[in-house]
Amino acid sequence: MTDGDREPARNRAGFDVRVVELTGRLRAEGLAIGTSELMDALAALEHVSWRSREEFHGALAATLAKSPEDRRIFDLVFDAYLDRQVEGEALRLPASAAAAPENFEYAEGVPAIDLRELRERIARALREGDESALRDLARLTVATLGRLRSGSGVLGVDVQRIRRELDLTGELHGRGQHGDAPQPDSHGTLSREQARHFDALIRRELQHAQIQRTGRLPASRPLTELARALPTGPSADLAAVHRVVAQLRRRLASQGHELRGSHRHAHVDVRRTMRASLQTGGVPVDVRYRPQRPRRPELFVICDVSTSVSSASVFFLSVLHALHDSFRRMRSFVFVERISEVTDLFAREKSFSAVSEAISRDAGVVDVSGYTDYGRVWSELLSLAGEQLHPGATLIVLGDARANGRDPGIAAFEALAERAGRAFWLNPEPRLYWNHGDSVIGAYEPHCRVHECWSATHLEDFVKELTRQPR
Amino acid sequence: MVADSASPKDLADRLEQAGYLADDSTALVAFLATRLDKPVLVEGPAGVGKTELAKALARVLDRELVRLQCYEGLDEAKALYEWNYRKQLLRIQAEGGAGTDGGQAAGWQSVQEDIFGPEFLLERPLLAAISSPQPVVLLIDEIDKTDQEFEAMLLELLSDFQITIPELGRVSARTHPVVVLTSNHTRELTEALKRRCLYLWLDYPARERELEIVRLHAPELPERVSRKLVEVTELVRELDLRKPPSLAESIDWARALVLLGANEITAEVFGQTMSVIVKHRTDLALVAERVGVHLQTEHGTAA
Repeated sequence: MTDGDREPARNRAGFDVRVVELTGRLRAEGLAIGTSELMDALAALEHVSWRSREEFHGALAATLAKSPEDRRIFDLVFDAYLDRQVEGEALRLPASAAAAPENFEYAEGVPAIDLRELRERIARALREGDESALRDLARLTVATLGRLRSGSGVLGVDVQRIRRELDLTGELHGRGQHGDAPQPDSHGTLSREQARHFDALIRRELQHAQIQRTGRLPASRPLTELARALPTGPSADLAAVHRVVAQLRRRLASQGHELRGSHRHAHVDVRRTMRASLQTGGVPVDVRYRPQRPRRPELFVICDVSTSVSSASVFFLSVLHALHDSFRRMRSFVFVERISEVTDLFAREKSFSAVSEAISRDAGVVDVSGYTDYGRVWSELLSLAGEQLHPGATLIVLGDARANGRDPGIAAFEALAERAGRAFWLNPEPRLYWNHGDSVIGAYEPHCRVHECWSATHLEDFVKELTRQPR
Repeated sequence: MVADSASPKDLADRLEQAGYLADDSTALVAFLATRLDKPVLVEGPAGVGKTELAKALARVLDRELVRLQCYEGLDEAKALYEWNYRKQLLRIQAEGGAGTDGGQAAGWQSVQEDIFGPEFLLERPLLAAISSPQPVVLLIDEIDKTDQEFEAMLLELLSDFQITIPELGRVSARTHPVVVLTSNHTRELTEALKRRCLYLWLDYPARERELEIVRLHAPELPERVSRKLVEVTELVRELDLRKPPSLAESIDWARALVLLGANEITAEVFGQTMSVIVKHRTDLALVAERVGVHLQTEHGTAA
């Protein structure tokens, strides 16, 4: 804390309401904030200085925003909310009181100071890069200079006028040129940029002042649009997909445990019972059971990335991406005409956009035509991973089963489905279009369980099906 | 015990004395953690100083560091506590030998109560951390490597600082440890865990800060060389590598250069030492080509 700072009286009740309000805004933007986190935030605020915007902001961020994505949204909402609150607060003050610098927020209790002192304090704050002091000083400047006479009504003109009057750049430059000031060299070069920075702050303050004069706030901008305009991801569904897949993983991981009670003694282990019976002269007194081992979730996922499913393949790729986040024992393949393993790629790349770019760049799945060739894909997969498929494995195909009039390769697919314990097919087309045109989904249906899947809700249904224990 | 820090700034200064340069948000979150008795979840890429933060905090607070390194398949027997079966068995046998026929029923009763006592409990890091008479700093490293079940098990510890042992009852913390959890963000942690923690995202530091950190850890290296080193590292990070060099690796590199007595990072020196910061064969080729050429041309124009 810098010298001369005085903590404003903490009006807890009023303030808690504000924080709750802010939390409401954050929840509206999609952050999952629990009440306990809100309590943490309020507790954290007890320990930081409210005069420092950075500390205040940091304390709230550490307790409310729990991922880099959340943090970005938090920063946006926080700034917008705080600005609006300050403006709203100023509006509530009576017009005459608002005009006097004594009642100006943050300038409370600071006596009117002369220009030279103001100039020095600004220069010092600029040199030290003290952001919150600068904000306060900008407010003070506008309060002492801008409000003494009526503004021109045009922000740019007012900023110019205040700058001339304050003569901040002249001060800094004049000293730098003469070289007789006790100012270190490294700071002299920054002065122009810093002055511009201060101008921006003054402009903001003037905007607040204008709002105060005209007595109304500019239309509130919903942040959602702003947040969405920023580069978040190719698909708005991505977060939902990740949620569903996280659920899928939880269910797969715990499915063995829930069975241990009721089905514990399902199978007698004959060999071990015989061995145990040797102690009792061949009478099997002690019956040994085969342990019920939970199914190790091992997935083989094959994803169609051809043009006929281009919109769906973004969705599927995000499913794949999400699955890779959650499963370690998983191999994934993409195909169009040929098949290509992308397990390593997903393991390496964390961001979805990098993955989809890499796949479109060098997966090497397009040969000549760019149309899906299921027959070839199945036979290639059979030779590539056929040996590793085992009854404990689950085969998941993501594709539209549009064979473009080519051989659907039923025999090869049947062999694959037989080797794997279970086989699922997720079709991105609505059931209505199945088996029309070149869709051959009907031919695969006897060998695997087919689901329509073009939204996160469908995916959730599939998760239920996938995690149901076979009886 | 050392007195608590008065402000985040104060804590940052003390962390610096302990050899850790914390930025504002790191210092603030660490400060809040000590004040609120809340665990901190630190996420970020590998080698940006997440684990170091916990170690530095332990030094600053003058507390012992209890570390639990997580890995896939870590279970409560290795993290919380385990019954010392051998000792229990010995106890039972000793009792059986001494007891007479008449006293056996009563003896069994006492043995049964006895063998599930604290004496036969093997403390693992988490239990050790909360039952320690002196407050400690508990580091749960790479929590993202464990399963979700393990996270769930941690919840009781993190929110109430207590562990329930079925045979013994509840063990509450005698002193509140400062808990630091680190994660490399290889998977999304559960909401329940995050809800109980303060959150800190650590990223690669800005150039100036990295320079400060390198100079702090390798003060013998001339400033010009350190500056060059940081620039080159930044250049390497921009390439599309399998494993970008971490902050820990640039410190290693700086130390290597000190040992070699290098006064300048030339293409030749870089070629000899780049294996310190680049650890993949494919990456090596790419970096050698791009950065090597960059250094060569730079050197050529300088000379």
